[in-house]
Formats: sequence, structure tokens, C-alpha cells
Amino acid sequence: MEAQTVERLADVESFRAPLDITGVDGTLLLRQLRDMLVIRYAEERIGDMVTEGKVRCPCHLGIGQEAIAVGVSALLRHTDRVFGGHRSHSHFLALGGDPYRLFAEVLGRVDGASGGMGGSMHLVDEAVGFLGSVPIVAATVPLAVGAALSAKRRKLTDVAVCYFGDGAAEEGVVHESLNFAATFGLPVLFVCENNFFSSHLHIQQRQPDISVARFAQAHRIRTEIVDGNDVVAVSAATARLVEGARSGEGPGFLEAITYRWRGHVGPREDIDVGVARKENHAAWKQRDPVRRLVDALVARGELTVERHESLQVEVRRLIHDAWARAETSPFPAESALLDCVFARNER
Amino acid sequence: MSTAATTYCEAILQAFEHLLEHHEDVFVIGQGLWSPWYVGNSMKDLDRKFGTDRIMDTPVSEDGTTGVAVGASLCGDRPIVVHPRLDFMILAANSLVNQAAKWSHMLGGKAHPSMTVRGIINRGGEQGAQHSQALHAWFAHVPGLRVVMPATAADARDLLIASVLCDDPVLYIDDRWCYDDAEVLPPVVERPLWAERPRVIRDGRDITLVGAGHSTLLCRQAAEELAAQGISAEVVDLRVVNPLDHQVVTQSVERTRRLCVVDGGWSTCGLAGEVIAGVVERLGPGTLVAAPRRVTLPDAPAPSSSALERVYYPSVATVTAAATSIIGNSASVR
Repeated sequence: MEAQTVERLADVESFRAPLDITGVDGTLLLRQLRDMLVIRYAEERIGDMVTEGKVRCPCHLGIGQEAIAVGVSALLRHTDRVFGGHRSHSHFLALGGDPYRLFAEVLGRVDGASGGMGGSMHLVDEAVGFLGSVPIVAATVPLAVGAALSAKRRKLTDVAVCYFGDGAAEEGVVHESLNFAATFGLPVLFVCENNFFSSHLHIQQRQPDISVARFAQAHRIRTEIVDGNDVVAVSAATARLVEGARSGEGPGFLEAITYRWRGHVGPREDIDVGVARKENHAAWKQRDPVRRLVDALVARGELTVERHESLQVEVRRLIHDAWARAETSPFPAESALLDCVFARNER
Repeated sequence: MSTAATTYCEAILQAFEHLLEHHEDVFVIGQGLWSPWYVGNSMKDLDRKFGTDRIMDTPVSEDGTTGVAVGASLCGDRPIVVHPRLDFMILAANSLVNQAAKWSHMLGGKAHPSMTVRGIINRGGEQGAQHSQALHAWFAHVPGLRVVMPATAADARDLLIASVLCDDPVLYIDDRWCYDDAEVLPPVVERPLWAERPRVIRDGRDITLVGAGHSTLLCRQAAEELAAQGISAEVVDLRVVNPLDHQVVTQSVERTRRLCVVDGGWSTCGLAGEVIAGVVERLGPGTLVAAPRRVTLPDAPAPSSSALERVYYPSVATVTAAATSIIGNSASVR
């Protein structure tokens, strides 16, 4: 049943029409559009700067996947506890993380989100609820379960969220984490961004099924499978799962079907890498989550062509200015090497 | 103050009771916590006294459970993860080594996993290669992970309390071969872990014996045997093996001019070699009057047969023999 849903969602010729925004508040949608543009332009900028050689750290871009983080974040508050992975620029920005601090971080500068110590793959901003991202695949999944345990112990209604990809579902610790969360009824939302690729390898070469929600169902976890390029669908599914988690119904699992426009790492599109990528790349771009939302807003009269253009200009300027400022942030002092190994430095 | 002696095992239990009574943010998670079969009597009845919400016996998921503790610690809790054998704790190496140990540094000191892992060394009794390992040197190699090895009942209690109240990830390793060691304990005083240093537990003039955990007890007993032979051995208990303070051992060797390091781990890239290197780098030329020695496990997995176990593990006799050999090999100095 669910696999059929995924087969339908995976059909590259479908889901190109404007989003169905019936009954959804226009102000929310315009804000989500702006958030998606911030993410897209920020990542395009980072990709360009990798090409120019200004950015050296490994940067995993999620261009094309913006609707997932933006759709999920709409249901979150800053006391929730969100964890990411190697491809987490969108998760950081969608919660309200500052593009300036993201840029300074990928440049290894002291004003970066992690003080210039982490780079693209190590982001944190507790003030917006982003507790950290790391590139070891699936490593933050049990951490999110622990954050949920902590919330439950304190009788809070906060939830934990963990973003990961379809490749992470192949790691044993995901099974351990799903089992733990389900057994103890913890308020955690597992968000799998299934873009069908782990690095260069298509999911058909890695798993007997192209959907990963089956792992959650095996652990009796409430599951939703959605078009990850539809911010409205993502928010609606997240709302059901998060409300359940906040009210004591235990964990939820959201599988969002999507596609990344760029390769595994760096700015290249990598259409010559792996199976099914060359064939489907152009078609997936027709399922652009930004364009489909714009078309829907224009059709409903919430957005004019002129307002769309001015919004694009405004966001591009914001990104441009943040980048220029980030380039002026100093590098960490040499003492930073030893300063933060431990919480205290008395050693 | 009570004058009755407390065993190492009872001291661990007292540390848990102190932490759970006085610190609401402490909870304990791991396999076998509701069963004395796994953790001896060191956690006896904690589940009944403090509730199963705070003493969580878990599914068989070492990495997941340790990751859960890391995540909870980032939200203000001070969890203690219990791994009843270090061998199984290897399955948690990602959560411990890649995540907890690096979290502060890679995120620029913006967050600190205030969690403690209690790993138990449980060897002998023909348990074999996967039920016997002492892997402290592995973990002490990792920056950002404090590694603590109590040898005495007082340290078993006080270093566990200090570990849990420390804001950094700490691996606290206790050894079942120490469990019956007993002493009269003073009242609990909470002290910062970073201030804990190696300690001279017996003064001597002729040779410095260094150990950590159970190896310290071997050194202490060997020192008594050596005293009967007219050799005065000083014993240094390392207590904390990461960050490793070399000063106390170096100062002792400056006096005794001879060094023997005992370790229940393997020799290659091990703790004993590290201690010797740390001392040698700091000594002035000509201070040592004999080559230092290490007494360790041979570089082989633990055997099962008791006949082989007897030669595999360091003993009071092997430590005593190593020390007398160092004395015998010394250049004349007096």
C-alpha cells in the first residue's frame, strides 16, 4: 500500500501542477515561499563559492528539497529539539538560523554558527532549536530520541525532530532508535528526506523497496508518506504527527519523497553519476517546490508577478549582503584549537 | 562518621544513591540495570528506590542507548549509561567517540554533552576474548573524552560523582576485580573532575610503581612484598587517564630514579607506554638508573582456559619480579 504511494510519488512525470493550497492561509504560504527562496539562494551562493575556491569544506547542497524543512519547521517552536545530518543547510535556515552565520561557518570564520570550528557539516543554533548536525550517517537519530526522552522526563510538550536521508535507513542505529522511541512512547518526529540517492547509488541498488517508511511501520510508529516537493502536504502531515507527539501519542515518521538537483557533495549536478539520474534529472526539475508554490499563489491572487520579482530581488540582496559580511569575519584564533575540547579548560 | 569499611562495590552504589537523591537531572540507562546478574550489587534496588523512569533497563542497543544519553545530555540532563562489559560498549563507539567526544569542539564550544558512561571491566573466570577486555587506552586516545579509572573504594564513589557532575562526556571504568577492596570512607564531598590528579598512595625511595584501576591494587600489594625484601617502592595511582597528568609520576621518578608501569591492557600503543614516554620526555639526562619497564597483557586476546588465564594477566608476582629486575639492572648510584 505505502510502496504504491511511493511509486506514484516517484513518477517523475507527475506532480508538476501548482500546489493545492485550498484553505491554507496566504500569509503562511508567502512566508514559506520566502523561506524557501532564502534556502535556495543561500545554497546556490555556497555552491558558486565552492566553484570559485572560496569555500573548501565539503558542502552537501539540498537544492530542490527546500519544501521539506520549511514545511516541517512551520509546526515547530524554538523549544523543540531539531537535529540534522550532512545536508542540513535547509534545516538550519528553515528554523530561522541566520544566513550570515551559516556563510561564516562554511568559510571557517569565527562568527559562524559553530564559531568556525565545524564547517558546513557541523551547524548549531540552540536559540532557534537546532541542536546540531553531523555527517556520520544516522548518528543524530538516537540523539533526537534522547532529546525526546528528556522532554518527556520533564513533562514538557516539546518534540524532538531528526532529519535524515534514505541512506540512513540502512544504518542499524536507526532500527535501534525507532525501537527505543516506540517502546518508550517518546515525542520524536523522524523525517526521512527520501531523494532516492545515497551519494551516487540509487535506492534500488541498496534496498528491496524504494520506500523506507516500512521500517517505522515495523516498529508500530505512525507514518505519513508525502510529496516532499509540496510544502502544503509536508506541513499538513507534520501537523498530524507533531500534534500526536505533543499530546502523548509517541513518535511519528514522515517520509518525504524528493530529489536533489546537485550531486552528493559540491555544486555539480552529477547527472553522469549513478543510475536513473541522467534520465530523470530534467523531469524532476519540473517538480520544483518553489515554482509550484509560486504558481498556486499567483493563481489564487495572493502573489503578483511584480511582487514575486521584488521578493526575489529582496532575498538575493539579503544573501548577497550576508555573504559579503561573512567574508569579513575573522578566522578563529589559534587558541581555539584547544579551547573547546572540554567545557572547562583547567584540564 | 561511620567507622565500618565500605567496599568498592558498595561505594559505587553509594555514589548512585547520592547522585539520584541530590540531582534531579541524573538518570541511569543501560542493559541489565534491574538485574544484579549484570552489574553485581553495585546498583542493587536502585530501580525500586528511585523508580524505573530514572533507572531505565533498555533494549539490547548499545549504540542507540548511548546516543539517547548524548541527546538527553544536550537538553540539560546528566544521564549515566551503563555498559556491563567494555566489549559490548564497542558497539557504542560511534555515539561515544564520534559524537560525545567531539561535540563541543566541532560545534565551537556551543554545547557540551554532560553524560557519563560507566563501562565495567569484567574478566577472568574463563570468560574468553569477548567478555574480558580492558579498553581504557583506546578511549583515552580520544580528545574530548575524559576517562576515569578508580582503584579504591573512595575513588569508586567520589570519581563517579565527579564524573556525572562534570559538563564533559566521561568514561568511568570500574573493574570487578576491585569490588571487594574496602576502606573507611569520609562523607561525600562533590569535587570538580578537572581538578583530580594522579595520587601517590604509598611513599617509597627505590622505585616508582604506576597503575590505574585494578593495576594500582597489584602495585600496592607488590610494594608490600618488595618491602619484605628490603625494597622501598612508591606507588602512584593514575585515577584519571585522559587528560593524563604526567607531573605526579615524573616527580616521583625524579626521586626514585626507577619506573615500572603496570597495566591490564595490551602493550602496543597502550597506557603503560604512554606513561613511560610522558616521564622520559620530562626527566633530565641521567635521572633514570635503569631502563623503565611495563607489565601488561601479552599482545593476544584473552584466553578462555584457566591455565592460560593464569599466565595472561599481570599478577602481584609478575609486578614484584619486574621491579626486582629493574633494581638488579640499575647502574650503581649511591
